[in-house]
Amino acid sequence: MSERIRVNEEMRTLLARTTRGRAGFEDLVVVPVFAVIVALILGALTMLATNVDLATIGKSYVALLHGSVGSLNALSETLTAAAPLVLAGLGLALGFRTGLFNIGAEGQLLMGGMAAVMVGFSLPELPAVILLPLCLLAGAAMGAFYAAIAGYLRAATGAHEVISTIMLNLTSYRILDYMLRQPWVQKEGRADPISKSVPEAAELPRLLEWLDPNLRVHAGLFLMLIATAFVYWLLFRTKVGFEFRASGENPDAARYAGMRSKLIIVLAMATAGAFAGLAGANQVLGVLGRATPGFSAGIGFDAIAVALLGRSHPVGVLFAGLLFGALEAGGRQMQVDAGVSIDLIGIIQALIIVFIAAPLLVRAIFPWGFRRSRDKAGGQP
Amino acid sequence: MTARAAPAPADRIDTGKQRQARIVGFLLIGLAIFTAFVFGLDAAGDATFRLSRPRDPFALPDLVVPAAPFLHIAAALLAFLGARQFLRGGIRWTALSLGIGLAILVAAFLVWATAGKAFSLTGMLQATVVRAVPIALGALAGVLCERVAVVNIAIEGMLLAGAFTGALAGSVIGGWGGLVSAVAIGGLFGFILAALVVTYRMDQIIAGVVINLFVLGLTSYVSSQVFAEYRALNNAPVFRSWKVPVLGDLPVIGPVLFNQNIFVYGAMVLVVTATYYLFHTRSGLRARAVGEHPRAADTLGINVYRTRYIHVTLGGMVAGFGGAWFTLGSVGRFDENMTGGRGFIGLAAMIFGRWHPVGALMAALVFGFADSLQQKLALLNTPIPSEFLAMAPYIATIIVVAGLIGRARPPAADGKPYVKE
Repeated sequence: MSERIRVNEEMRTLLARTTRGRAGFEDLVVVPVFAVIVALILGALTMLATNVDLATIGKSYVALLHGSVGSLNALSETLTAAAPLVLAGLGLALGFRTGLFNIGAEGQLLMGGMAAVMVGFSLPELPAVILLPLCLLAGAAMGAFYAAIAGYLRAATGAHEVISTIMLNLTSYRILDYMLRQPWVQKEGRADPISKSVPEAAELPRLLEWLDPNLRVHAGLFLMLIATAFVYWLLFRTKVGFEFRASGENPDAARYAGMRSKLIIVLAMATAGAFAGLAGANQVLGVLGRATPGFSAGIGFDAIAVALLGRSHPVGVLFAGLLFGALEAGGRQMQVDAGVSIDLIGIIQALIIVFIAAPLLVRAIFPWGFRRSRDKAGGQP
Repeated sequence: MTARAAPAPADRIDTGKQRQARIVGFLLIGLAIFTAFVFGLDAAGDATFRLSRPRDPFALPDLVVPAAPFLHIAAALLAFLGARQFLRGGIRWTALSLGIGLAILVAAFLVWATAGKAFSLTGMLQATVVRAVPIALGALAGVLCERVAVVNIAIEGMLLAGAFTGALAGSVIGGWGGLVSAVAIGGLFGFILAALVVTYRMDQIIAGVVINLFVLGLTSYVSSQVFAEYRALNNAPVFRSWKVPVLGDLPVIGPVLFNQNIFVYGAMVLVVTATYYLFHTRSGLRARAVGEHPRAADTLGINVYRTRYIHVTLGGMVAGFGGAWFTLGSVGRFDENMTGGRGFIGLAAMIFGRWHPVGALMAALVFGFADSLQQKLALLNTPIPSEFLAMAPYIATIIVVAGLIGRARPPAADGKPYVKE
């Protein structure tokens, strides 16, 4: 009996998707905008609660804006911070579309970044034309492999990918710790865990260095744009992408239609991991130049938020990643200008996702912003 | 899964078990070879395990084990178990021989690592219990939530919130006040999780991830914005250990179990209470019914939503108590992200313990043992990198989840929202 109801509900959401109109607009634009505004207001209340006076709160939000889009340097920082978020977020979005909840982007990112660094410093005599693509490829391949473990386990044994990716994340931290202490990885003459630096030929070239050597925006920007276009093409213009989406929408229907569901799971996980690995490679080749413990800095988890905020659509992910990159870059400025800790950004980001992921909650807070609709709001009148 | 053609279900189950038995046998033989050739070859001298400290009222003599003979016997035993398992493939024996095999392996490892040296066994067991406490409490929180079919990824965040509140409230109103506040805040986050997933039908995993991010952001923010300036707000009293009168004087088990602080006793009491509650009371049965088949429970007049709210809030309170261990039970000071993934290990312990409070406690003890062993390895100068030992619990969890060695079955409705008709 419950099965029939579930199918009914799925049919209803499927029908709702086909009828483009105000509902789609609400979901795609109104909810995210509300979410960002409410999160900023609640962030201000948090500051107020921790004894920050009103003038400083105003100053910090001005600094947030200024530090994210206020100058060429700010834009450069925003784009630099956005690139890995978008890359990893695209992979996660692809997984979500396939019905896979991959929490392991952090681990895949670490492993991918580590592979890219190793290839980079092992082959220093190669020219940039060969070495850079090789490093990126190594990162993507390693990330894909690491994610495919979870995908294979899901497909072959039914082990839930949430648990296995969490465990693979924790494992990857230890693997990184171990690798960074190996003599052929560790930087010469250093006692702390830090890898050798990648040669210049393996670095993603800085784009605006000729204007000002402090502008950090690098070729990862193109990587981000190409990846967005690629994922769009893959998801909506190819047979594989259709199979991904079909398995995500309705696994049973996909299987009855003759799609090989197990292969699709492994493929989708591997593709998602490849993007996370690429994000890791982007960080070490474009920004850091080497691997250190925890160099991922939580990007893999923020990317989950980015994918959710972008509604698992490549273009949405691009904009969500830019927003989170802006928050990141602006948050640093806020810390400098107003003396408000950058950890506030973490609170704002978490609140944004709450409101995005629970549209019912947003509707409950802002009943006037939405058309009264029975089918969308579920229990709401 | 269900659509796969099955010629004879009974046969298939049987061959599955047989295959599993053979895998275990193969594994045990591998471990025997490992013990004989990796541990056995370079072991020399005696391993001395100190069982009591000089001032203990009942002193036990040191346990002295000659390393080489012990390791050869251990290898032989492992080989015997493995061969038996491989040839006979006894279905009932699989779990038992695996457990015995792993215990032998750990003993062999300890003897090999200590050969020619001395080492306080009691001290390590004591550290094991202490380290197991937050993991066990986190796992217990998970059990309470998942038994009513709410997946709780937010254990980590709840532990962190408990640790933070313990430090803040403990500094202001004293240790007991801090403990009560930590439990209350844990309960609050449990309630928030319940509200998000039950009332607002948010995806349970997303809700958990969000709570983790939010708590991490909030506690880090306050810690760097406020604690850095007002140190007095982050200086809580620590609960000292309290010795149970007679039992605390017993050798080995006295210091390990009966000379600990309130968190260790609290964890034991909570595990016993939760087991009794879940499996021997009427409301416990109802809670499990909600986790297995909410619609049937609803039809029988159980309020599914209220049951979920209550248990997830209770789970949050348990996690808040476990979180307070980090500050009120050990250092008295909050540091950013000080739980360091213990909540996720708690999640692993819950799965390992097969969604049962006692099982979760046992798994937490195993993980605590691995944790304290990892600390001691540095002292003993073994060639095995401590990182590999630190990975072991995670890999073991993946193996259990994948069902390679025994399958753990979650509550049937786990993770699914329930919509009342």
